[in-house]
Amino acid sequence: MLIIGERINGMFKDVRQAIRDRDASTIQRLAREQVAAGAGALDVNVGPASADAAGAMKWLVETIRQVTKAPLAIDTTKRDAMLAGLELAGPGSVINSTTGQQEKLDVFLPMAVEHGASIIGLTIDEKGVPRDETGRVEIALKIVAAAAEAGIEPDRVYIDAIILPMNCMQENPGHVFKTVRECKMLSDPAPKTVIGLSNVSQGTTKRELVNRICLVMAIAAGLDAAVADALDTELMDAMITAELLLSKQIYCDDYLVAWRKSQAQL
Amino acid sequence: MPFEIPVEKWAAAVNEVTIGATSAEGGTRTSTVTVGGEASLPFLHFEGKMPHRPVVAMEVLDIEPTTWPEVLSRPFGKVLSSPADWAKKCVQEFGAEMVSLNLLSADPDGKNASPDEVAQTVRSVLQAVGVPLIIWGTGKADKDNEIMPRASEVSAGENCLLGTATQDNYKTITAACIADGHKLVTEAPIDINIIKQVNILVTEMGLDASRIVMYQATGGLGYGMEYAYSIMERTRLAALNGDRMLSMPVLAVVGSEAWKAKEARGREQEFPQWGPAEKRGPLWEAATANSFLHAAVDILVMWHPEAVAQVKRAIDDLMKE
Repeated sequence: MLIIGERINGMFKDVRQAIRDRDASTIQRLAREQVAAGAGALDVNVGPASADAAGAMKWLVETIRQVTKAPLAIDTTKRDAMLAGLELAGPGSVINSTTGQQEKLDVFLPMAVEHGASIIGLTIDEKGVPRDETGRVEIALKIVAAAAEAGIEPDRVYIDAIILPMNCMQENPGHVFKTVRECKMLSDPAPKTVIGLSNVSQGTTKRELVNRICLVMAIAAGLDAAVADALDTELMDAMITAELLLSKQIYCDDYLVAWRKSQAQL
Repeated sequence: MPFEIPVEKWAAAVNEVTIGATSAEGGTRTSTVTVGGEASLPFLHFEGKMPHRPVVAMEVLDIEPTTWPEVLSRPFGKVLSSPADWAKKCVQEFGAEMVSLNLLSADPDGKNASPDEVAQTVRSVLQAVGVPLIIWGTGKADKDNEIMPRASEVSAGENCLLGTATQDNYKTITAACIADGHKLVTEAPIDINIIKQVNILVTEMGLDASRIVMYQATGGLGYGMEYAYSIMERTRLAALNGDRMLSMPVLAVVGSEAWKAKEARGREQEFPQWGPAEKRGPLWEAATANSFLHAAVDILVMWHPEAVAQVKRAIDDLMKE
C-alpha cells in the first residue's frame, strides 16, 4: 500500500505562507516527517492562490529534494508547472493528474512517457463525475487504453475514482469501493487504484475516524494507494493492520514496528 | 513452439552476512564465509543471482558423545574427547568450511561446566582451526546468560556467529554480540511469526539486521522435515517480497536432527531389511541436508564426514549455471 503524503499543499495555511516567504525549513520538515511516518511518496501542490505556479513548483521540488529522495506526486492541472516539477523530481515521479478528457490525455500521457512517470487518472470526462461505478469504470477503461496506446503499462496508471465528502454525497463512497474492485478486472496487469482520502471527511466532525474507516474499507476492496495524512498515526496503524488481515505481510506481535522498519530501509 | 521458462520478478534480496575475521579485519581467522544475497529461490540461476554458495559447518561437541552409533563415531576416532582436535580433523580431513562449537558441557543438568572452563574450550578451538566459528549455548536460558558473554568476550574480534537469541531470552546474548563484534543466530520453534518477532526485538536493541542469521529449528527426514521445509520456504518468499524483518540468511542444524531417527542410527541386526548401517546413516543425513538446500538454507550444520562430502558435491552441481 502506497501512502502519498498530502501535507505539502498550498491549501494548508502553513504551506501557503512558506511558499510565499520561500521558507525552506517548513517544507523540509514536512517532507522529512511524512517520510519518517511511512509515506512512500509525497504529494506536491502549490495551491490555488499561487500566481506563478511553475516558479512555486520548481522551488518546492528543489527544496524537498535537498532532504529526501522519496518519489513525488506532482499535483497540478497546469502544464508548465507539471513540466517544471517532473524535470526536477527525477525518476519514479507521479503525474497528479489527468482526467478521461481527450485534451488532457493528449497533454499528460506524453509527459509520463518522456519522464518515465506513473500517472493518476481521475474518472472524470466532459460530462463531469459519473453518478455510479458503471460510468467511472468506463472512463477508467478509456484512460488505461489511451495509456497502453502511448506505451504506458497499466500498472503505471493509478485510477482515482473520486471520493467526495460523505456528509453531502453519502452514496458516493459505495460507488468508489465498487469502482476500485472492478478496476482490478479491466486488464492484466490491472491498473492501480488511488483515492484522495481526506476529501471523504470534509465538513464532518469526526474527520480522523471517517478517514480511517474509509481507508480500511477501500483497502478491502483492493485499493493500492491513497493521498492521505501520513502523520495521522492511527490512520497508518489501521492501514498496516488492514494489509496484515489481507495477508500482505506476515504477522508478528510487533508487526507495526516491523512495517515501519521496512519503510525506513526503503 | 519454443518453450519459454517463466521467470518470477522479486522485489528484494536476502541480506549478505560475513562470518569470521582475518588478521586484516582484526581477527585471526585464515578464511571467512559470506552467505546470503540471493535474489530468487535457490539455484534458479536464470531467475536471479545467488552470489554465494551454501556452506557446510561441522559440529563439534565439547563433551565426548556417548550415545553415538558406531558408524557415526568411527570416522572421528580418538578426537571426540578433545574439541580442538575434533575441530582440526573436521577442517583438515573432512573439508568443513566452518566449525560449529556446541558448549554442551555447561548444561546444568550435565557436567555444569563454569564460564571459565567454557571460555578455555572456545580459545582452544579458535587456536586449532582457521575457519570461522559458530558458538552455541546449551539452550537453557539462565546458564547461557552466564557462559555466552564469556564465550563472546574471549572470541571478540573474530566475528563469530553466536546462538541463540529466543523470544524469551535475547537481551544478554544480543548485548554480547554488539559489544564484541559478532553475528547472531535468532531462533524460533518452526514459527514464522515468532522468528520475525525475535528479529524485531534484537534489532530494537540496536543490532543491525545485517548481522543476523535465522534458525527456525530443524526437523529430520521423516520427523517433521516437511513442516520445517515449508516454513523456511515461506520465510524466503517473504524476504524476496521485501519483508526486511525476514530477509536474513537461514541456518539448519541437520546432523543432530537426522541422527535422532531410528532409520539413521538403527543397527543392522535390528533392521536387516534396511541395508547396511554404514551407508544408511550418512545417506539419511545427506538427504535431509539436500532437501533443506532447496528450502533456501544458507548454512548447514552437519555431523558425518561422508554426508558432508555428498552434500558439498551436490552444492557444486547446483551452483553450476
